[in-house]
Formats: sequence, structure tokens, C-alpha cells
Amino acid sequence: MMHAEHGWADAAMIAAIVVFATIGDVLIAAAMRYIGDLDEIKAKSGLIGAIGAVLSNFRFVGGVFFMALSFFSLLFALSHADLSLVGPASASLTFVTNAVAAKFFLKENVDSRRWIAAVFVCAGVTLLMVKV
Amino acid sequence: MTFRRYLVLGVVAVTAPLGDALLSAGMKHVGPVSLSHLGSLIVALRTPQILAGIAMLICFFSSYLASLSWADLTFVLPATSIGNVLIALLAHFWLGEYISPIRWLGILLITVGVGFVTRGPSYTEVEKKVPACAQAAAPVEEARIS
Repeated sequence: MMHAEHGWADAAMIAAIVVFATIGDVLIAAAMRYIGDLDEIKAKSGLIGAIGAVLSNFRFVGGVFFMALSFFSLLFALSHADLSLVGPASASLTFVTNAVAAKFFLKENVDSRRWIAAVFVCAGVTLLMVKV
Repeated sequence: MTFRRYLVLGVVAVTAPLGDALLSAGMKHVGPVSLSHLGSLIVALRTPQILAGIAMLICFFSSYLASLSWADLTFVLPATSIGNVLIALLAHFWLGEYISPIRWLGILLITVGVGFVTRGPSYTEVEKKVPACAQAAAPVEEARIS
């Protein structure tokens, strides 16, 4: 019974990390898509102009907020569960949730090539973090 | 995709794991930080590894933002995961760390995944919404030009 409770708690902590990281990534990607090519902005308005365009975008600020929530969720999870579980699970799941979120919220063309890449990288990151 | 843009993706790929590794090495040097002594985190900022790690993460975030301004999220994330492979290979050949067959399989899977995604298009063109008044004005402008 205790093991099952631990399992649910671990799953909830990993889910929190993955959800916050995905929202953060999608908001930041949406902000950068809205702002446009930073190289062109830098050429037109200089480095200060480019930094100002990024920092004044509310999607970017929201994205950084959710990234921070994901980071603190990771710290919290690491104080309760093993790094060997939390690290690979959160890193690899984020690849898949980002692909789903990018398809529906950013309207990115996630074709079979990108799905295969996301699954391969997800599996690869998991294997790379296995302590054997 | 130009060579310069591949270079920016390379910076994203290398600086993220290097920054994490430097912060981890720095915090091992500082030792455990308890909640009652949070001030020691400020002292930790004097550690060279932590300063180098922060510099790496600043490089990572600025190049990550730049790459997202001309490439899709579903292109940037898998493409830059090659950094994990580079760090593992550096650990093996430079530091002499052992890489098990399972980890070699992980390296192979990531490399194949990166190969898949980088051979496809990097950006999805989305039509921007044109305000109704601009659409109505367009034929008038065209008539004037003709």
C-alpha cells in the first residue's frame, strides 16, 4: 500500500514538472514566433531594441514564470524522489508533451518525421540516464 | 537553414548540459545548503565553476530564444538534444568514464532522432491574421497602383 502511495506521489510530482515545463516552452516559443526573427530586429533596432522586444512580450514573461515553476517543482521532487527516476522521466516526457502542445497550440507541422524524432530522443534520453 | 543558424543550434546543444554540469560541480564544491543558511547560496556565487555555469546558461537561454525566433519548438528541442550525446562522449574519451551498452544504445537513438528531424523543414509558416479594414483597403490600393 505504501509503495502505491509513493508511486502516485512520484507520478504527481513528475506530472507537475512536465506540465509547467511544457507550458513554459510553448509560451516562450509563441512569444518568439510573435516577435519574429531576432537577427532582423537586432539589425534594425540594435541589441537593446531586441532585448526590449523580448522582455516587453507578456507571453515571454508568462513562459519564464512557468519555467521557474517547473524548476522549483523539480527541486521539490528531488527532495522526495530519486534523481534516477525524476530526471529521465521528466526530461523524456517533456519531449512528447511539447510535440503534442506545439501541434495544437502553436499550429506547428508535426509530421511523422518529427514524431519519430521525439520518440527516439525520448527513449535515448531515458537510456542515457540509466545507471548501469 | 544557414550555417550560422546551425551554429546557434550547436551553442544551444552544448551550453545547456555544460552549464548544468558546471553548476553541479560547483554545488558539490560548496556542499549541502540547509534552509536555515540560505545565505550560503550567495557565497556559492563566488565559486568559479558556478560563475562559469551561470555564464553558460545565459549563453544557452539567449541562443535558445534566437533559435525559436526562426525555427519550430518541435525542431529545436530534438535537434539540440545532441548535446547529451556530446557530453557523454566527452565524459568517455576525455574523463575516461565508462559508458555501458545501454547508454551507447541511448546515444544511438538520440543521434538517429536528431538526424530525422534536421533533414526536415525547420519552420512552419503560419498566415498572420490581417485586420478586416486592411483587407478592405487592399483592392483600393491595387486600383490606385494600376
